[in-house]
Amino acid sequence: MKRVSLVLTLAFAAALSTQAASAQTLKTVKDRGMLSCGVSQGLPGFSSPDDKGNWTGLDVDICRAIAAVIFDDPTKIKFVPLSAKDRFTALQSGEIDVLSRNTTWTLSRDTSLGANFTGVTYYDGQGFLVKKSLKVNSALELNSASVCVQTGTTTEQNLADYFKSNNMKYEVIAFGTADETVKAYESGRCDVFTSDVSQLYAERLKLANPADHAVLPEVISKEPLGPMVRHGDDQWFDLVKWTLFAMVDAEELGITQKNVDDMAKSDKPELKRVFGTDGNLGESLGVTKDWVARIVKAVGNYGETFDRNVGAGSKLGIARGLNQLWNKGGIQYAPPIR
Amino acid sequence: MSIEPRHPPSQFAARLRHVLGGRAGWKGFAVQIVFVAALVWIGYEIVANARANLESQRITSGFGFLKNTAGFDVSQNLIPYSGSDTYTRVFFVGLLNTLLVSVIGIFFATVIGFLVALGRLSPNWLLSRIAGGYVEAIRNVPLLFQILFWYLAVLGALPNPRQSISLLDSFFLSNRGLVIPRPVGNPGFEPFVVSLLVAVVAAVGLWRYARRQLFESGRVIKIWPYLLGLLVGLPLLSVLIFGAPVTFEMPVLKGFNFAGGSRVIPEFVALTLALSTYTAAFIAEIVRAGILSVHKGQMEAGSSLGLQRGSVLRLIVIPQAMRVILPPLTNQYLNLTKNSSLAVAIGYPDLVSVFAGTTLSQTGQAIEIIGITMGVYLLISLVTSAIMSFYGWRIGRSMGG
Repeated sequence: MKRVSLVLTLAFAAALSTQAASAQTLKTVKDRGMLSCGVSQGLPGFSSPDDKGNWTGLDVDICRAIAAVIFDDPTKIKFVPLSAKDRFTALQSGEIDVLSRNTTWTLSRDTSLGANFTGVTYYDGQGFLVKKSLKVNSALELNSASVCVQTGTTTEQNLADYFKSNNMKYEVIAFGTADETVKAYESGRCDVFTSDVSQLYAERLKLANPADHAVLPEVISKEPLGPMVRHGDDQWFDLVKWTLFAMVDAEELGITQKNVDDMAKSDKPELKRVFGTDGNLGESLGVTKDWVARIVKAVGNYGETFDRNVGAGSKLGIARGLNQLWNKGGIQYAPPIR
Repeated sequence: MSIEPRHPPSQFAARLRHVLGGRAGWKGFAVQIVFVAALVWIGYEIVANARANLESQRITSGFGFLKNTAGFDVSQNLIPYSGSDTYTRVFFVGLLNTLLVSVIGIFFATVIGFLVALGRLSPNWLLSRIAGGYVEAIRNVPLLFQILFWYLAVLGALPNPRQSISLLDSFFLSNRGLVIPRPVGNPGFEPFVVSLLVAVVAAVGLWRYARRQLFESGRVIKIWPYLLGLLVGLPLLSVLIFGAPVTFEMPVLKGFNFAGGSRVIPEFVALTLALSTYTAAFIAEIVRAGILSVHKGQMEAGSSLGLQRGSVLRLIVIPQAMRVILPPLTNQYLNLTKNSSLAVAIGYPDLVSVFAGTTLSQTGQAIEIIGITMGVYLLISLVTSAIMSFYGWRIGRSMGG
């Protein structure tokens, strides 16, 4: 039902508005006094509501950072939980301003959906979760297995490719939401649950006995996850893109939630540009000069956000790996703020 | 003063005026033309504007995607399908899965519905209370819960394939579904089918002959020994001459699942069970209302002819009740078909799941895909009502009404 209404909204928006591709997202958000952010329906570490109903997670923090830049208040957000297959329609129809929902950047999504990816918040890859009792040690031993997968994801296609190229047979059962998929896996309908590795770790926490399940070593695809915005509004595209860059640059420069006020007083030229005490880089983005300070005060730098939500400081305990900074062995790299 | 005979209006002109303008005549016709023109213009504007806007936002539009490779697999396909086929093929795979679950669901819903209705009207106190309880329990619980109940609570409780319940070592029931031996055609297959067809046609002819004899001369001919001989003897003869028509490929546990044999997936079973039991509760009430609408005198008249209760129902009451039952029954059939789209909750690959779900999110072409899907459901519904109307027309004709 939700999807049909979204599609109808899209149809009407497309049909009736005379200039749908309005380059006005920032103004719309300011007028509304609220950022509308598309997130998942509950994926621990990335976007899920805590016991008090507050949304937390890496994807959520991206939206909080954007809200901090615009309003200096990371709570002025309306979170819209979306299933994998409804997410793009919600963005196209204008129901959300930014989609920050563990979405894989691919060429076809970048070109045919009327939307753009603004960067990579998390470098992920697809893996397999199996019961330890099956005594499977490699994905190549999965011939004839039944596999549960969430529909509307790149996972579904990678799965078909992987089994085909390894000449293995399998049965796929595709469900609408992540919860349904995991429930079917838990009930024994499938031998394997496949998804992005980060999601496997997150979903495993929800299982009755997490220790009975193991993630297989094979990573069968590249899944760079990132936020998306609509085509045709370059100012908004830049704002979302640079919010993420600023978080990565802040980590590289050693700016943290704790020392941000001290660092802002520094007279290093690099830091003066970042904090807007020299030049007007923030204003050329369409926001205030202290935009980076606002981000770091609200959610911390990229490393802090990562640790708090998915890394060592969280239940997931995922290693930084590829998501480490470029000068520390990873591939997270942001262009300079200057 | 003579009275002029009133000139009858020309038949054709009157008809035309009636069709085009109703009571308002030609003036009304003109208004209608303007109205239709305005509608067409608005429709055209909407389509043109949508296209222009989709283009300016650079959202791909049009139906070219139907020729692209789908790249994902489907758990149940009635026609051969693999990930390297096109989205068009996916569409037909999904459509056939929807039709399969609808047709089988409608069949069982009708059978259960009629049985429950008869049970509820039965003079047997216990039977009628059980039937009444069934109706109230089933129709007051949301369908989605029932689907999940069958899927997770009933079928999900089955053992895994290695511990599956087996019958004669050839039928296996597990949480992966029911695996049965698959018949594989032999050279004797065609003669067998031909002989079976001949036997069926001959049996039907014989039955009609016996019926005509009964109606015309009141002679009762005992035909069942001949029928049995025809239906069993002829195919048996073909087997003796040409050899066994099929051999069975036995399922064998291999790796995680059974290899060989055919399999009925649990998603299909759960959906069919839920849809047919749910719709049956409504059909039962419709049938009960229909039967009660037939005057009691009909029943008594039948009994006084010496017919038994079953025969009175079958020959006298139900044919009259059908005229009342049919329109709401059609509604239930349409509901069942549309409700089958809840399949996505349990991973049954119906049209909405694979086409309006996976295909939509892979291509992002929401307007086209939802349009096609809505059109297909409309078409299925119209065809169903057409068939039911035809059936109603035949009943009406046979009763001279």
